[in-house]
Amino acid sequence: MFAAAINKRSFGIAVTLLVLLGVLPFFLDRFYIYLTALILVTGLLATSLNMVLGYGGMYQFHHAVFYGVGAYACALTLIKTDLPPYAGFIVGPVVAAAVGVIMGLICVRLSKLYFGMLQIALGSLVWAIVYRWYSFTGGDDGLHGVPVPDLISSINGAYYFTLIITALCMVLIYLIINSPFGRIFQAIRDNPERSETIGVNVKRHQLVGLTIAAFFGGVAGSLFVTVEGSVFPDLMFWTLSLEILIMCLLGGWFTFLGPMVGAGIVVSLQTFVGMYTEYWTLIMGIILILLIFFLPEGVLGFFLERFSSREQAMSAEK
Amino acid sequence: MLQVENIHTFYGLSHILFDVSLTVSEREIVCLLGRNGAGKSTTLRSVMGMTAPRRGNIAYKGSNITGIKPYRAVRLGIGYVPDDRRVFADLSVDENLEISERVPKGGVRHWDRKRVYDFFPALQYIMSRKAGLLSGGEQQMLTIARALMTNPEFLLLDEPTEGLAPMVVRMLETQISGLRDTGLTVLLAEQNQKVALGLSDRGYIIDNGAIRYHGPIDELKANEEIRKKYLLV
Repeated sequence: MFAAAINKRSFGIAVTLLVLLGVLPFFLDRFYIYLTALILVTGLLATSLNMVLGYGGMYQFHHAVFYGVGAYACALTLIKTDLPPYAGFIVGPVVAAAVGVIMGLICVRLSKLYFGMLQIALGSLVWAIVYRWYSFTGGDDGLHGVPVPDLISSINGAYYFTLIITALCMVLIYLIINSPFGRIFQAIRDNPERSETIGVNVKRHQLVGLTIAAFFGGVAGSLFVTVEGSVFPDLMFWTLSLEILIMCLLGGWFTFLGPMVGAGIVVSLQTFVGMYTEYWTLIMGIILILLIFFLPEGVLGFFLERFSSREQAMSAEK
Repeated sequence: MLQVENIHTFYGLSHILFDVSLTVSEREIVCLLGRNGAGKSTTLRSVMGMTAPRRGNIAYKGSNITGIKPYRAVRLGIGYVPDDRRVFADLSVDENLEISERVPKGGVRHWDRKRVYDFFPALQYIMSRKAGLLSGGEQQMLTIARALMTNPEFLLLDEPTEGLAPMVVRMLETQISGLRDTGLTVLLAEQNQKVALGLSDRGYIIDNGAIRYHGPIDELKANEEIRKKYLLV
């Protein structure tokens, strides 16, 4: 089944991309390496969101919570426990998934917008706890100078660590989406009621999906700790959730790599336009409006569509 | 196999089914005939638990299933083919079947994808096509095939011939009667008298949410008067 899910050409493209990303540190400046690492982390976060949003049709409006929880859990393990340093990178995702289960149990009782509203409410609660609990989480200040293991503390070390873990997670997410579980997820998006009449326990499926997404969100959070070496409450503020939602829409939320492309665009915009003006969101807002008018399928969705229609035209000529 | 006893079903405030009772025995095809809006679909939805009846009882194989969750009904061995035949449009034909594959508790796996393709050969040729792009008849075959993949012992068919070309209807007819030979019990809701009378062993006539007539199919065929009264537009 998995062999069928991976076609030759997309496999080739993926390998080329990976090799390109792998040799990047030999050519680029440190700043750009840092930026690429950040894009990869954010892209992984957006992809994990898209798994439930684009493929599952769930209005996961507060996905950043799992990112933040993963980052904090990882950082706190590194700072405050005697566990071996790499354990933090397991604790982060696991704690994020656990929070996902708890929030999911409450949220999947509702559907559509109500699901999203309840999630924002619960997520803000988590944020408020982290924001106020100075003695444990550092509150507003966050935690800085997290002792990341030596091997991955240099910029290139952090980059390669991020690249490998991100690639691994992307492959896993891809396999999940193309497994029968993922197909059922898409069926639920199309029609939850109909899914029940073929024997699918919709609520439980959504709960499992949300937990998996939370787990990968947590992985992204832990990677953020590696890249940045610090955590702060903004990581789970609801505006970030909105940003990653925009990344999914921007890149194309019915395509697998769309969110990654979206993350690349948003993070680059934020960095480069942010150098000139602090009103970079204004530029982004304009781009978003243009996008809704001209590329409703998202950037990647648009190119994929053109690509496939041209191919069809070519094969029709033959 | 199925006993529906005096159920009353509502959509919000509106009272749809009044004291509906019917029974289906094992290996029978029973049809539920009625005009548009008579309550055929609601009866099937009540059995399936999609709109639970407020009063009355539904028993399947002796155990009470009133107000059951739809996915539980499927796991007990009840298959359902909805009337608006909505397939999962973004999934391919094969994927539509793949996600439906399951065996009810204590049931036997009669149907797998290979057997379903043997039963509906037309589907085999379009297995990788997106289900949303199929014709009406193909979609109807797919929804029946999908229901079969859940390995039901009892099948609820809601107007399988609605909106299909006469030729397709004839083909579906032979396939549905083929289902009986596999040992399936069927409750068939239909407007199309010709199809229903040709297929079934017994018939019920429902009108305005109440059962008006019930009897063996030959009696119903002979009773022109009652068919005129309740079924002709």
